[in-house]
Amino acid sequence: MEWASWSDFWHMAGYGLYVWGSFGVTAAGVLIEVILLKRAGADTRRRLKRMQQWATSLEGEGQ
Amino acid sequence: MNLYTYASPANFYVLAGKLIPWFSWGAGLLAVWGLYISFFLAPTDFQQSEAYRIIFIHVPAAWMSMFIYLVMAFWGAIGLAFNTRLSFMMARALAPTGALFTFIALWTGALWGKPMWGAWWVWDARLTSELILLFLYVGIIALWAAIDDVRRGDRAGSLLTLIGAINVPIIYFSVKWWNTLHQGSSINLMKAPSMAAIMLQGMLVMAIAAWFYTIAVALVRVRRIILERERQTDWAKAILENE
Repeated sequence: MEWASWSDFWHMAGYGLYVWGSFGVTAAGVLIEVILLKRAGADTRRRLKRMQQWATSLEGEGQ
Repeated sequence: MNLYTYASPANFYVLAGKLIPWFSWGAGLLAVWGLYISFFLAPTDFQQSEAYRIIFIHVPAAWMSMFIYLVMAFWGAIGLAFNTRLSFMMARALAPTGALFTFIALWTGALWGKPMWGAWWVWDARLTSELILLFLYVGIIALWAAIDDVRRGDRAGSLLTLIGAINVPIIYFSVKWWNTLHQGSSINLMKAPSMAAIMLQGMLVMAIAAWFYTIAVALVRVRRIILERERQTDWAKAILENE
């Protein structure tokens, strides 16, 4: 184990800002991508479903 | 059944759906293992102290930024040559994640450069060519978004991807070809790595985690693209009703 205590761990020998800034922004980037992806997937499916329902209702009226 | 079965979007949609959980869980577990090595097994560096730990993000992200671009160029070339629909969809599905890793490589590079070089940014060949890579990703995504006709957009974007591919060897060899502030590569296929085995292992585990992550998100994205483009087909309608 490299660290005597948790505060040592967060301090990173004075490089905490740089190390945690790197890992933190990476984690945030990944998280944002996953959230946007989920939202876009749900939006697309909802929109396509609506279009489909609309199309079938139009067909029904035509007959 | 053969491999070509999965060149059909309908079959690939189902296959991708089955693969996503495996790659997602794989990415998560590998990331935990990689982070454990990065912070608890890898020792303090005698020159850079703890700041060097940025390497466990920086190098895998930089590798991914270049690999993803090459994979995109590969799919674009296949699409242009054989007019296969799924290839173009794969290229589109990869681009945002490639751009994300390029941004991460640049960001972590800046945070590493400041304490070690005394500068967030320098216009040396390695940094500049990596910045151009980010502009290429953004430009390709913007081009795809700007062209409403899907098939024309596919072709234009893939053509731009292929032209821009010349930048990837320039990034990779920049530290050899020019006198850069950025250090040369620590890992080379031709010779033994110039770093401790545990550090190398941490970097490789993080790189594989990044690959799994990329595959997982690209598959999620390609499924959405498939559904959107195939919405007029019976199978897509059936999926929309049942999902």
